Amino acid sequence: MIKPLRQIPYDQPATIAAITAAGELGRRLRDMGLTPGAAVTVIGKAPLNDPVAVRLKDSILTLRNGEADHITVEFEGVAK
Amino acid sequence: MSNQTTIALAGNPNSGKTTMFNRLTGARARVGNYPGVTVERREGHLTVAGQEVHVVDLPGTYSLTAYSDEELVARRFVVEERPAAVVQVIDSTTLDRGLVLAVQFLELGVPLVLALNMMDEVKKLGRSIDTGRLAEILGLPVVETVAREGKGTDDLVREALALAAAKGPRQPLVLSYGTDIDRSLVEMTARILAERFLSKYPARWVALKYIEGDEEVKARGRAAGPLSAELETMAQKLDAHCLATLGVNADALVSDARWGYVAGLVRQGVVREDGIHQRRVVSERLDAVLTQRLLGPLVMLAILYGLFEIVFALGETPAGWLEGLFGWASGAVEAAMPDGLLRSLIVSGLIDGVGGVLGFTPYILIMFFGIAVLEDSGYMARMAYMLDRVFRSFGLHGNSVMPFIVSGGIAGGCAVPGVMATRTLRGKKEKIATLITAPFMSCGAKLPVYLLLVAAFFSAWQAQTLFAITLAAWAMALLVAKLLRGTIIKGEATPFVMELPPYRLPTLRGVLIHGLERTWQYIKKAGTVILAISVLLWAALTFPGLPEDQAAEFEAQRATVSAQAEAGQLGEAGSEEALAAIDHSEAQAGLKHSAAGRLGLFIEPAAKLAGFDWRTSIALIGGVAAKEVIVSTLGTAYSLGEVDPEESEGLSELLAGDAAWSPMVAVSLIIFIMLYAPCFVTVVAIARESSWGWAGFSLVFNTTLAYALAVGVYQIGSLMS
Repeated sequence: MIKPLRQIPYDQPATIAAITAAGELGRRLRDMGLTPGAAVTVIGKAPLNDPVAVRLKDSILTLRNGEADHITVEFEGVAK
Repeated sequence: MSNQTTIALAGNPNSGKTTMFNRLTGARARVGNYPGVTVERREGHLTVAGQEVHVVDLPGTYSLTAYSDEELVARRFVVEERPAAVVQVIDSTTLDRGLVLAVQFLELGVPLVLALNMMDEVKKLGRSIDTGRLAEILGLPVVETVAREGKGTDDLVREALALAAAKGPRQPLVLSYGTDIDRSLVEMTARILAERFLSKYPARWVALKYIEGDEEVKARGRAAGPLSAELETMAQKLDAHCLATLGVNADALVSDARWGYVAGLVRQGVVREDGIHQRRVVSERLDAVLTQRLLGPLVMLAILYGLFEIVFALGETPAGWLEGLFGWASGAVEAAMPDGLLRSLIVSGLIDGVGGVLGFTPYILIMFFGIAVLEDSGYMARMAYMLDRVFRSFGLHGNSVMPFIVSGGIAGGCAVPGVMATRTLRGKKEKIATLITAPFMSCGAKLPVYLLLVAAFFSAWQAQTLFAITLAAWAMALLVAKLLRGTIIKGEATPFVMELPPYRLPTLRGVLIHGLERTWQYIKKAGTVILAISVLLWAALTFPGLPEDQAAEFEAQRATVSAQAEAGQLGEAGSEEALAAIDHSEAQAGLKHSAAGRLGLFIEPAAKLAGFDWRTSIALIGGVAAKEVIVSTLGTAYSLGEVDPEESEGLSELLAGDAAWSPMVAVSLIIFIMLYAPCFVTVVAIARESSWGWAGFSLVFNTTLAYALAVGVYQIGSLMS
């Protein structure tokens, strides 16, 4: 199923389907390797639930919830 | 310079680029700034077989767009200063991200060598990289390195110099970005070539930058000729077409094409997974504790508190030595020179002024070592991660945390390195809000003043009052940041997309180099700015001297006392006391008569509203130079003679007994000192990090705010009592 990155459960492997941010944010996301087709896993959240920590290959990236909303991911799993 | 070879080091942040730089050049780096931006420029030298090699450490970047100062600087350097070779350091565990940057250097036609760094960690991940294959596909030298251990650096230098020696035309890498973009690129490139437009850059690269909407290239193009408008129209049309047919902007397609190219390249037998892929288990397990919801913040507090404990525990002794050294110097000068203006200038102006600041060096040095450990270990990024949400609600950024802490967020830092720590903030607006508010923190120079006032008026609750002051500083910093970000520096929050690098054990070498470099910057400022200000302040407190008739009067009084003593009317103790009293009243009269004294008297009516008399006003004016000056000036003004800021018990008793003082005055003064103009060195640092305009703003705005609050609190407090 396809959902915004923010909504996938912890440790659920997913694939980036699309990046909907333009301009600087879009560029920054892409520069870090968050590009369509990349495999990502949400592995944690900061104490106040924002930002999120995402595993991308062998590195860990962090982005705010609002920024994660610009990333839609595809994963196999049951709706929660 | 002409026969010297220049090599630039480039790479992603956290790729080990700086470690490599330190390995290559030793600790002999020259640190400066690139013109117009506050991006650090580090340069060093190395000699290979008699050949002098100039090494420039470019800022860490993920790409070569024009979105950040770092990227602009890196790009301008390779285009304009044309280094003979660019060495790109790549964290081999994130090979593809490094290669995407490499592709952008190749598109620009830069002579490139790749240093595949951290190869040891790649093996631990259960993977192997065929560097020979990579070199073959890309057609450039690739060297395996482990910069922390110095492995592979000799090979790297050899390859870079060989590449530098092979001067020949270098063809920029030509990638395919998809049919639509490729077609436009051909058209635009033809026009650019025909008009020899922006010929400093490869033509196809210029066209590509127009398609990517690169503001810097467009600005240069507009200045270069009318073709720019035409190219912009072509790029816009293409962008609209891409958006309509593919639902994506053209610049995203270009970026996706680079990632696609790299993914394909890596699949051509470059990377092989040997068995089961090992994740970075240790790092992730550490994060499970260190950034855990409840434990994370607690551990963070413990670490920060521990850091300051260490700073003060270890710094005290050497700081005492320095204090002793300056005291000895003062004594030596006093003994060697006759009383007079020159001696007063050297002792009160130069030694006391500069000594007061340099005396803090041990604390600063140890704190910088601590901060380097936090940075190099990867923990700093976690702090930003955990605090970003809180800071963002006040218009700041997760990366604002370090400037606040360094400036004295846990009492006892220094705003100068704090201001310099704002370099990690990419968003200009968040950076300015941080610059203006970080000096509110209880730095090591404000502490003696707080201690003095607390001892005098709140002796029953010393620790609690100091803690309240620290909390108040944080609250004010956050609230004022919020106010500024809601009014004059309004604007969207900048993205918080960043890497949490794997935890690594910092190397002693790296920590030493980082710590010493920053401390040296601090010392340099103390030696220049503070020196000038000290002399100025000394002059303001000394000139004009007492008119002759008044001076003669004091002299006459002294003569009377001496005569009485000789006549046996006064005991030895009595005559000394009387003489001291005369000295004090002369000092008082002199101070009142001096330029600073007159200024103090002039502003007294306004200062009175906040409860400050003219003597406090002088001290506060002096405090703009350096906050340490407040206590020493108060001491002089209240006629105690020499007051050591560290031992102000005598002064605190005097203030507690003075009719002009009350707990209300003390509260008002604490508020004022917390908020008013940053010290002069900090102002200079703010100007360097932003502009003289903002530095001036920090002087005026912070002082106005401090005055308004101090008056408000004092007036309301006086009404209630």
